[in-house]
Amino acid sequence: MGSLVLTDLYASVITDDGELEIIKGVSLVIESGTTHAVMGPNGSGKSTLAYVIAGHPKYRVTSGSITLDGADVLGMSVDARARAGLFLAMQYPVEVPGVSVSNFLRTSVTAVRGEAPKLRTWVKEMKEAMGALQMDASFAERNVNEGFSGGEKKRHEILQLSLLNPKFAILDETDSGLDVDALRTVSEGVNAFRRQSDAGVLLITHYTRILQYIKPDFVHVFIDGRIVQSGGTDLANSLESEGYEQFAPASA
Amino acid sequence: MSIAPPIDLSPRLTSLDPAVFEVPTGREVEWRFAPLGAFSKFFQPDENAGFVAAESTSYVRNVDISELHSSWLPTDRPLAVARSSVQKAVVIDVPKDAEVLAPIVVKLRGSADTSYQHVEVNIGAFSTAVVVLQHDLESDICGAVVVNVGDGAKLTMLSIVEGNSKAVHISGWHTTTGRDATFIGCAVTLGGGFVRISPSVTYAAPGGSAELLGLFLADGDQYLEHRIFVEHEQPHCTSRVTYKGALAGPESHTVWVGDVLVRRGATGTDTYEMNRNLLLNDGPRADSVPNLELETGDIVGAGHASATGRFDDEQLFYLQSRGIPEAQARQLVVRGFFADVLSRLDNSIWRDSMMRKISIRLGFPEDQDSNDRA
Repeated sequence: MGSLVLTDLYASVITDDGELEIIKGVSLVIESGTTHAVMGPNGSGKSTLAYVIAGHPKYRVTSGSITLDGADVLGMSVDARARAGLFLAMQYPVEVPGVSVSNFLRTSVTAVRGEAPKLRTWVKEMKEAMGALQMDASFAERNVNEGFSGGEKKRHEILQLSLLNPKFAILDETDSGLDVDALRTVSEGVNAFRRQSDAGVLLITHYTRILQYIKPDFVHVFIDGRIVQSGGTDLANSLESEGYEQFAPASA
Repeated sequence: MSIAPPIDLSPRLTSLDPAVFEVPTGREVEWRFAPLGAFSKFFQPDENAGFVAAESTSYVRNVDISELHSSWLPTDRPLAVARSSVQKAVVIDVPKDAEVLAPIVVKLRGSADTSYQHVEVNIGAFSTAVVVLQHDLESDICGAVVVNVGDGAKLTMLSIVEGNSKAVHISGWHTTTGRDATFIGCAVTLGGGFVRISPSVTYAAPGGSAELLGLFLADGDQYLEHRIFVEHEQPHCTSRVTYKGALAGPESHTVWVGDVLVRRGATGTDTYEMNRNLLLNDGPRADSVPNLELETGDIVGAGHASATGRFDDEQLFYLQSRGIPEAQARQLVVRGFFADVLSRLDNSIWRDSMMRKISIRLGFPEDQDSNDRA
């Protein structure tokens, strides 16, 4: 059993005009094998939370801590965090021209596993993982995220999730921009990952739609840089019927 | 992107006599970017200068310049100085109807601290060949590479410039393609201190096709200039120009000029030119000047593109977030940037060797087995 622990975390975005505080005191414990949904309106800072955990250089942690199985995550480089077992499925995956998906995946898997997979078993492993997500084999020869549709980008993120097999996965708005079929396929990919591993999952979303496919153990409402309420799936149902307004700051 | 001055539509001045060309002052369009202090040594003949030679093989000979009957004439002062003073020439002759499978590798060496060069490549009709010209600059070299691709022939020419980071190098290519001939000319410029390479292409008959590729990497205070001139005079010819450059600091400077001229009679022309530059850190300067002049609208297509951008930190973050260490992630991005030029080199041995040279120059880690398939 492991855990990803955020303790009284504060973080700012670095802009040309200075720093702006976005994360304003977040504490959260994610145990292995559990799924937490963080739900919040646009601009609440929930994607920033995902980037801060992954170590995006645009954000600076001003106080608090993040630990993974007790190890200090904030002291690790971005790539060291991934090798320690963190994975972020991005809302907007980045295009890398001229780098093929197969080359990218193998380089990444080699880095995370600490050794290059044997070529023969690797090709089989990659094909099976792609097949499970209903991705055509030709996908492997395309350049990373270049010219991908919204659905293809998300499938590609979940493909990496299944191959890299992290201890903790953060899924940042994986449901956004997906039609029902793609949402179902992608969700099934996430669920397969949850069944096969004992990983903890942090599911960041605006809508309750994805929660019909990926059942969380805990739901947290995220407003203005902090968690304002935590509960079970009933909390998501309440959000579905009444929206985020009920949690809006009284002074607003 | 700099503002492109119009292409001079009058026929280019050509002569064997250096005196016909004014000594450049830096105000001329052709010389406005260049550090003249370095290049000026080739503005006057040097009687102590040597010549460029290569090892003789079945296709390569070193001959007296007087034995040449080439009709090519120099197009600027340094090339005229070199042509009028050089004593020896390197000639690569592939007879007609020959299919030369192995690349003809020509290592070009200067015989003195300053040397003049004259290289001629003649590919007979309906032949196929790959010629690799290697300059590992130990000294200063100036001169021409004159290429004739016969009717229906196909030449892939790879020019690799490496070596002394103080060396001055001027190389003017002049290619003439015959009817339905194909020329692929790739300039890989990694070394030298002050380098000016000017590939030009003309078409002797309809149906010719020219692809000019380039890949350059500048660091320190290197100055690397590539000046392309494609003149379409014949109908139904194509040209593709793709140059990619990476620049590292602190004070490197690259110049890419792509002049494409479609004359009135060149109906059915299909031309496109592109230059992209990647700034790996702060400090370097990349000038990029695409320039297209059309004298006829009766063509298949004509276009150009130019862009210079900084290294994309989002790409780096994405790769690193998948566990890939920073140096290796940078290598992947640079490799990816050059990929479309390298993929045009049919021969994977040369492709891999080019990428390895670039990796070494940028201090990237050793290759892993699978990454050559990028």
